[in-house]
Amino acid sequence: MHISPVLWQFLIKWLHASALFPPEASTIAPSMDALYFFLLLLTVIGLLLVGGLIFGFSLRYRRSRNPVATQIEGSTLMEATWTIIPLALFLVCFVWGALLYFRIYNPPANSMNIYIVGKQWMWKAEHPGGQHEIDSLHIPIGRPIQLTMISQDVFHSFSIPDFRVKREVIPGRYTTVWFNATDVGTYHLFCTQYCGTQHSGMIGEVTAMTPGDYEKWAQQSTSGMSLAQNGERLYASMGCNACHNGSATARGPNLAGVYGSKLTLTNGSQVLVNEAYLRDAILNPSQHVTAGFAPIMPTYQGQISEDGLIDLVEYIKTLQTNYRVQQTQVTSQSNQAAPITPEMVKP
Amino acid sequence: MDNTIASTNALDAQPLMPHETAAHEHEEHGHVFVPQHRHHFETEEQQREAGSFGMWLFLLTEIMFFGGLFFAYLLYRNWYYPAFAVASNQLSVPLGGTNTAILITSGFFMALGVWAAEVRKRKMLVVTLIFTTLFGMAFIGIKYDEYHEKWEKHHIPGAQFDVSDFVNPAANGITDEQPLAPDMAQHTQIFFFLYFAMTGMHALHMIIGLCLLFWLTWRAYKGDFSSGYVAPIENFGLYWHFVDIIWLFLFPLLYLINRHPLH
Amino acid sequence: MSTAAYSSNTIVLLPDQATAKIPKKNYINAEHGLLSWLLTGDHKRIAMLYLISITFFFFIGGAFAGMIRLELLTPQPDLVSSDTYNKFFTMHGIIMVFLFLVPSVPATLGNFLMPIMLGAKDLAFPKINLLSWYLYVVGGVLILAALVLGGVDTGWTFTTPLSTHYLNTHVITAAMAIFVAGFSSIFTGLNFIVTIHRMRAPGMTWFRMPLFVWSHYAASILMVLGTPVLAITLVLVALERAFGIGVFDPTKGGDPLLFQHLFWFYSHPAVYIMILPGMGVISEVISTFSRKRVFGYTAVAFSSVAIALFGFFVWAHHMFIMGVSNYSALVFSLLTMLVAVPSAIKIFNWSFTLQKGSITFETPMLYAFGFMGLFTIGGLTGVFLGSLGMDIHLTETYFIVAHFHFVMVGGMLMAFLSGVHFWWPKMTGRMYPESLSKLAAVTTFIGFNLTFLPQFILGYLGMPRRYHAYPPEFQVLNVLSTAGATVLGIGYMLPLLYLGWSLKYGEIAGNNPWQATGLEWQIQSPPLTENFVEIPIVDYEAYDYEWLAKKQKEQVTTVG
Repeated sequence: MHISPVLWQFLIKWLHASALFPPEASTIAPSMDALYFFLLLLTVIGLLLVGGLIFGFSLRYRRSRNPVATQIEGSTLMEATWTIIPLALFLVCFVWGALLYFRIYNPPANSMNIYIVGKQWMWKAEHPGGQHEIDSLHIPIGRPIQLTMISQDVFHSFSIPDFRVKREVIPGRYTTVWFNATDVGTYHLFCTQYCGTQHSGMIGEVTAMTPGDYEKWAQQSTSGMSLAQNGERLYASMGCNACHNGSATARGPNLAGVYGSKLTLTNGSQVLVNEAYLRDAILNPSQHVTAGFAPIMPTYQGQISEDGLIDLVEYIKTLQTNYRVQQTQVTSQSNQAAPITPEMVKP
Repeated sequence: MDNTIASTNALDAQPLMPHETAAHEHEEHGHVFVPQHRHHFETEEQQREAGSFGMWLFLLTEIMFFGGLFFAYLLYRNWYYPAFAVASNQLSVPLGGTNTAILITSGFFMALGVWAAEVRKRKMLVVTLIFTTLFGMAFIGIKYDEYHEKWEKHHIPGAQFDVSDFVNPAANGITDEQPLAPDMAQHTQIFFFLYFAMTGMHALHMIIGLCLLFWLTWRAYKGDFSSGYVAPIENFGLYWHFVDIIWLFLFPLLYLINRHPLH
Repeated sequence: MSTAAYSSNTIVLLPDQATAKIPKKNYINAEHGLLSWLLTGDHKRIAMLYLISITFFFFIGGAFAGMIRLELLTPQPDLVSSDTYNKFFTMHGIIMVFLFLVPSVPATLGNFLMPIMLGAKDLAFPKINLLSWYLYVVGGVLILAALVLGGVDTGWTFTTPLSTHYLNTHVITAAMAIFVAGFSSIFTGLNFIVTIHRMRAPGMTWFRMPLFVWSHYAASILMVLGTPVLAITLVLVALERAFGIGVFDPTKGGDPLLFQHLFWFYSHPAVYIMILPGMGVISEVISTFSRKRVFGYTAVAFSSVAIALFGFFVWAHHMFIMGVSNYSALVFSLLTMLVAVPSAIKIFNWSFTLQKGSITFETPMLYAFGFMGLFTIGGLTGVFLGSLGMDIHLTETYFIVAHFHFVMVGGMLMAFLSGVHFWWPKMTGRMYPESLSKLAAVTTFIGFNLTFLPQFILGYLGMPRRYHAYPPEFQVLNVLSTAGATVLGIGYMLPLLYLGWSLKYGEIAGNNPWQATGLEWQIQSPPLTENFVEIPIVDYEAYDYEWLAKKQKEQVTTVG
């Protein structure tokens, strides 16, 4: 921005103090606010211009001062002017907005991923270390955080106004958004897509903490099992390793190292294996058959909840070696394997 | 006309005086208006053109109406091609083909009817309208038969839908199909939903058309359309041909997906 | 000729009230009895029927708005239950959009004036016109049925899968009501298009038509092409709901975003259906009260059609954060910027119509000025939302609510009131009371700004829309908004009262109280059933004030 940073800070602080403006609590917030003030400036100028013309002409050409009107057909030059200038300004808004959009919806590679599952009428946050929160989100400041979100039922929308981020949370596929919080504090979390009776109750608190405090919180809040560990148990209990056991004659492809790789399917297309692909492959396997394998995988639609899917996806992400896959097999066959807790599997 | 107004205001002293006298007296054109002439039209030509234009516009709205269904079809066929192909094979091409021929014949008779009206042949008009109706009813009859078969085979989407024909075709006596994976088999329901929605909407338009045909045939019998007033027949003809054209798209899209054994 | 006619403050020129009378023969007293109205083919009577019915629904929708604002006085959900509140905003939206805004100007003023402006005796299809009204009434009755049976709480946008699988209110009834009302709209548009193409008087070329007609033509294209898509979408929602099929349900292989695309494919053009006729009114009013031809007639005419055309290609800007691909978001954002330009062109053309005019400030002109200012704000805040990154923060908040109320209420409703006041003397033969109406206009303007400006701020602060309860720090702005709504309500009640009063006690208007151009002002007020004694031959341009002045002079000399 061409405004001096000092002036900018002053403006923001003053606006915030007057309760008319939200605090800037993330790295993207100043960029968002800059675009906003530009648009506001355009609006004010536009309004002053139109208002000025109306008032000015009304005063100067009011009937008592100008009893006879002069018929004017028009002016191509003026038409061109007020076509091109607004168009140019709007295109500036387009480019600026597009750049901002791409920044917010393309997470950096080193983001810490947190899963969000929305359901009527609560938010569930799942940290990779196994911390689960309801209507609450604890995050460290100074680090890019990516949210991978899905709904268990209807459309919701995850919004943290003070971070200037928002994304729809829809059933059937993951959506993502990222942010990097800058200030310690608590901030509003809202559901902004009408979702039924308790839509306005689907709110919560985002707690931004120093990295040290976040570590402490993470230690205290873990259930003892990370998402991946939960996923491992689910993997075993659902019988996935019957086919995906990593042996040469296995009926299903080896999942070691599959996350992040480029896979060729039976129809010849190539896909990048990310969270969305893994989730889809579990629910609609017949459309995601790896080349060289038969379409025999059953669908787990209706048998696993979104939480369960997240656990499985996280687990598969940790499968780096064949050894790890074998390990799971052993775990599942051992009669010392931990029992499955009922809530992981949706009836 | 307005002399009774006590007007002191020059502006409404008289009704509007055009700069020339309007030349639209009936006698001047030697024009005899048919009894169905509407007074807000200046000439019969205008009335006819307006009616025809209106019908074309209405058909445009119908295209947009069906368009939503075609768009949904486009999307889901693209996503679930195997399910669509197998489900489509459940439809009977002989029956669908016969229906296509029937509808085209019906349209042929309708076209003949329009001609008959224009050359003022009352008897021929009535006969062609009757044949149009009969063929249209035959179409609906065959459609009913097809729907009934779907009901019996539990292929109507909803609670009664049964995927066993697709998951395990051999067990149900279907020898020329490969079994579908269960999740893909579920998507056959979407095909059938679109099948019923699109052909059902089409059939609804045909039934409305048939009701109109009964009415038009009766009026044609009374001679309403054989003395120069052909607009209703012409415009209905447009509607009927449009319904025909919709079917000509529905038939290949729904019945003829991948009509050879799946590899 | 009295020189008092050219007083400096007003162009109103009424006949001598001591001797003036409503013309003995006019469309109102041509036939008597309820059936003569309910079975009429006369476009003017149908327009009046529409005026009564949409006013009725406007106040019902307004009552719901009042309840919403009342609840939002406090942060707690303490006035009504959440389900009831959700029904309030749903019914408010459905009634205001489909039963008020969409038909408002076209079905009342458009129906009444279009044939006359074109020099025709009626619309092309009078019976279909009447059918349109009956379809509207049936749609309205179905909405009332849904209301009485317990209401609907889907939001006016019927988002799936909420509306298909997660609610047990009367969704199908409401969907079918809108379906039926949609056909009312389609037939009106169809009628207008055919009339404009085929029934213009001799000499009335396309570029001699008033801009009011151009804007209705553009709106009619949208009605005819867009509404059927809404119709089929609602049918699909109803079928999915009734039979449990999964067209839009991801657990059954369907795609909820498909619904969004289909729904917004109509609902975005719908907003242009709502605003274009209002813009037509503004052209007529600005021209009349500046005594000059609209600046850049051709530009204004073409920009109406451009809005209609571009309006079909921007629907996904309602879906920017819903998971559409980044690249499709780019395309739709760019197109949205393009569609904003014709509206800007119009605003500037209207502004420059004032230049070198001879301006007076009767009520229609006040409403027109209000329109221009408020529509400028509303339209420019649309640019905020069309800008992708900005939309992320602003969408689904009160910023959106403020934006569309600025264009729809500050814009369209003001244009509607402007038009009703402007053509009231033509439709009824009577003038409304000018001072009271000015008061109402100013009250409305103040009330409107007080209601909706705070909502922009609330939106940026992050207050979501459709919220029954909200964090306490948002209360002050909400209280301001509710206070404004009260003032706004008063501003809307006033016209109802004084316009009704004027039917019996208003001054006799004569055929051209505004000394305006346009064929409608050259015939008596109220008009004859067949509009014209003889079909005019048009050999002059629209807004031809020189022709008008000459004609007045001619009349003066002939009467002597």
